[in-house]
Amino acid sequence: MLADTYALGAATGVEGPLLFLKRTVNVGLNEAVEIEETEGPSRLGYVAALDHDVITVEVMDSTRGMSLADTRVRFHGERLQFSVGPDILGRVFDGVGRVIDGGPPVSATETFNIDGLAINPAMRASPTDFIETGISTIDIMNSLVRGQKLPIFSGSGLPHDELAIQIARQSRLRGSDVGEFAIVFAAIGVPFDTAERFRHAMESSGALEHTALFLNLASDSSTQRLLTPRYALTAAEYLAFVEGRHVLVIMTDMTNYCEALREVAASHGVVPSRKGFPGYMYSDLATIYERAGSIKGVPGSLTQLPILTMPSDDITHPIPDLTGYITEGQIVLDRILDRADIYPPVKVLPSLSRLMKDGTGENFTHPDHPALANQLYAAYARAVHVRVLASVVGREGLAGIDQLFLDFGDNFEQQLVHQKSARTLEQSMEAGWELLRVLPVSELTRLDDEQIKQYISAKPE
Amino acid sequence: MTHATINWISESVLRASTHRPFRVNETALVGHQQLLGEVIRIKGDEVIIQVYEDTTGLRPGDPVSGTGSELSVHLGPGLLGNIFDGLLRPLASQGVHVEPGAGRQPSAKTYPFKPSVVVGTRLTSGTVFGTVHRPDALAQHCLVPPDCEGEVVEISPAGEYTEDHPICTLRRPTGETCAIAMAHYWPVRQPRPIAEHLPTEGPLFTGQRILDSIFPLACGGRAAMPGGFGTGKTVLQETLAKWCDADVIVYVGCGERGNEMAGVLHEFPALEDTRRGRPLMERTVIIANTSNMPVAAREASIYTAVTVAEYFRDQGMRVALMADSTSRWAEALREISGRLGELPSEAGYPAYLSSRQADFYERAAHVRTLNGEVGSLSIIGAVSPPSADFSEPVTTHTKRYVRCFWALDATRAQARFYPAIHPLLSYSEDADVLNTFWKEHGNPSWPAQRRRFLTLLEKQARLERMARIVGKDALPPSQQQVLLSAELINEAFLRQSAFSAKDRFCSAERQIQMMNIISQFIDLSEAAIEQPVSVEAINQLPIMRRLRRMGEDIAEDEMKKFDQLRNDMLSEFTQLTRSAATNAS
Ligand SMILES: Nc1ncnc2c1ncn2[C@@H]1O[C@H](COP(=O)(O)OP(=O)(O)O)[C@@H](O)[C@H]1O
Ligand SMILES: [Mg+2]
Repeated sequence: MLADTYALGAATGVEGPLLFLKRTVNVGLNEAVEIEETEGPSRLGYVAALDHDVITVEVMDSTRGMSLADTRVRFHGERLQFSVGPDILGRVFDGVGRVIDGGPPVSATETFNIDGLAINPAMRASPTDFIETGISTIDIMNSLVRGQKLPIFSGSGLPHDELAIQIARQSRLRGSDVGEFAIVFAAIGVPFDTAERFRHAMESSGALEHTALFLNLASDSSTQRLLTPRYALTAAEYLAFVEGRHVLVIMTDMTNYCEALREVAASHGVVPSRKGFPGYMYSDLATIYERAGSIKGVPGSLTQLPILTMPSDDITHPIPDLTGYITEGQIVLDRILDRADIYPPVKVLPSLSRLMKDGTGENFTHPDHPALANQLYAAYARAVHVRVLASVVGREGLAGIDQLFLDFGDNFEQQLVHQKSARTLEQSMEAGWELLRVLPVSELTRLDDEQIKQYISAKPE
Repeated sequence: MTHATINWISESVLRASTHRPFRVNETALVGHQQLLGEVIRIKGDEVIIQVYEDTTGLRPGDPVSGTGSELSVHLGPGLLGNIFDGLLRPLASQGVHVEPGAGRQPSAKTYPFKPSVVVGTRLTSGTVFGTVHRPDALAQHCLVPPDCEGEVVEISPAGEYTEDHPICTLRRPTGETCAIAMAHYWPVRQPRPIAEHLPTEGPLFTGQRILDSIFPLACGGRAAMPGGFGTGKTVLQETLAKWCDADVIVYVGCGERGNEMAGVLHEFPALEDTRRGRPLMERTVIIANTSNMPVAAREASIYTAVTVAEYFRDQGMRVALMADSTSRWAEALREISGRLGELPSEAGYPAYLSSRQADFYERAAHVRTLNGEVGSLSIIGAVSPPSADFSEPVTTHTKRYVRCFWALDATRAQARFYPAIHPLLSYSEDADVLNTFWKEHGNPSWPAQRRRFLTLLEKQARLERMARIVGKDALPPSQQQVLLSAELINEAFLRQSAFSAKDRFCSAERQIQMMNIISQFIDLSEAAIEQPVSVEAINQLPIMRRLRRMGEDIAEDEMKKFDQLRNDMLSEFTQLTRSAATNAS
């Protein structure tokens, strides 16, 4: 009878991340496995394939030093689970949900499958609650709403961590009912100091007791990186949909996640798609990003702010490309702006918030907010176009109107993109109107006559 | 039912051994949870099955049973106004999460049926035996299912029945009888039969200027919109779903975002169908296989959607199918093919990708139905090329099978110029057959105007390249005038925000007004620079701002304002040329 949940000495081979076992136990596909050794922490894995004689286990950890003789394999009889409870906040976990802050184990009230379940699209509530981040380029031009997944597309060495920390600290809901909030931070293959900086920032702003940290550091197993966002999101879903909190999940760096995915796929002999990444990377990333949202009749929400560093700053690389196809927009950081000391160096043209239209304007922020954003976009796009002309024919070779746009572009970057401290939406909007006032009214075609009268012609004292 | 036992399983594919005859494409129920699967290959005593749901917990020895029928969907009067998963199982009746093993439960909901035949009527398959008029949806026909025909021997009186309640009995010529209900099953991979194909006539009118006036789609036609992420595919698909003049919209979210589906569900019931004054949701069927739902069902969802669309076409309706995105479907094919160890062709896609795409688009048509009515199915597919590179296989193959190609451009989208359809990369092969439409609406010069607009836009691209080297001011006035006209065509005509209450829909009449005014502007400015008047002076006319904003400023019920605009334009030009003449003398 195949009923035992342990297999001792059943291993017949190891190949890359795959462990082959004689089928001495009756287990099901995708069920979790723990490989226990005489020394050290156990390794996690799951049943990846089954036939009558062989169990193929995918080890979600390095298989280095694993021996066949004394591996003892424990089968969980279900998918990888994570036990969570109210006291996960303020705690630090490793990349696979084990407490590493020296404190007591969390007292769990619920246990969830770390892969989650797809939210029924018919049960999703449309996200409409505007979040004020204090960052002008986000608030007026790429607004974030609760339940959105809005990644930061960055490059190595750019200040994406600062920006994420700032958003985590400054974000507030305008008006009433702020509700209970929480922050979940998932470090995926990043150096210790990045994680530490985040922890420190949360501590100094007094938000640490509302934060749960999941750390898979650069020195940790790379295959475990595939699990870290899933443990973090399981905690976040619990906080959001069981406890009813508004949860912000920061995941950095998704590029490391994708690299790990490529590594595992290669060792399976999966036919690579673009740049060696597996064809299923889109679906795999979707199972992470689609866990953002809010649900009808449930008070909480789960907002995601994943960070990724674009290899060679290339936005067409499969990692940002597939991410952009799944997420609800992207905030793109730019090396040239960064070099010019503009902070935050947000490159507004390729940035986008797809949910902005649902959370701004009349009844949400300010009736003229969308028009202002559109006009700023149109004018800045023209400025960037004129810059290209100017680089060949020089400023003198430009028509008068084009010179105005050239200046507009510079001012836009210096005065609106660049900011030393947080701005309220009103302050951001005023800065936007101010910039537009130097352009002739005939060119401001995204504003209606009423808006021209109110904000452009009638200059406030 | 035939039975088999699992030998091997990995991800969503399993092998099972059997001594029973299974058939390729037969639906199978897998494991104790009876997960839905499909036989995709047979090798000796072994069948290979693709499972449409989460396979966790399955193991060798688990049972598999064949249902004897191909993967089929349940087509009936309850479809309109509702949302379903990729296998047409209602999502509204499921919980917060999509759980595996949720089979279709027969619904207890009843619908008002009215017979249209009497005992003795001879019916063939695809003909109508009654109508259903739900208070919250269009009137629908009840069709004799495809495998059934004969003489009516029993027909229920008008009344409320469930979809599956037998309400009509036919006696076949062979003597045996079959009982039919309002709903029936149809295998998704098999196109539904028609009486004959009809030549296209008239457009699928969309209310979008750049489409109707520049790159129109014929009713029963095929269009594709490729574009990188964020270029506006989904918004355009939704805009078409809202305002196009189809009777029924089938919207399939294939491997896309859950929030977008929620958005449609939230928005459509509150919007009014411009033609009927009823909520848009009443004419809409939504099929959602979001990106985090099982991949195998994503592959099926496209077939499910087109089958549902054909079902309404067969009732003599104008149907439009929006598929967002066909690339995710192609990727699902690739994933499944990879798991089967098939030899990959271009970019890892299976060699049969192109023929599958052809089969899909081939199901768009303008037809005479088996019931003798005219119906149509127009297909509009979004394409999501990796890195926005249009030379990749899915885009290039799609291009071979569609007649309208609406290429979305990142530069336009980044400037928030929507719809970001690039006028020089897009085309419509249907334009020629639509001349009569515009003539009937009072614009016989449409073909010439359209050609002129496109020519100006093409010249603009060339001149801008030149201006980049020599500076705009160095161009002769006639070329500057071309640039100004092209800019006006873009700003005033092609730009149309989907979120502007006044401009999200543009009737044929308003499109004609706008096209005429712009044509007139081009004439006037061409004449003016001969005076000579500088292009700069024209650009400074107050009318320019009003022209650029006319789409957003002049609503459908304010057509008179166009006359005002035209008059003001004329007088401003007269004044300008007059003062030029005075200065010259
Ligand atoms: N026709 C349009 N009018 C106004 N805004 C648009 C239009 N098309 C796209 N947008 C804007 O662009 C964003 C991205 O469009 P979307 O259709 O989601 O892109 P895609 O599906 O190609 O990734 C939308 O959220 C919206 O803000
Ligand atoms: Mg889309």
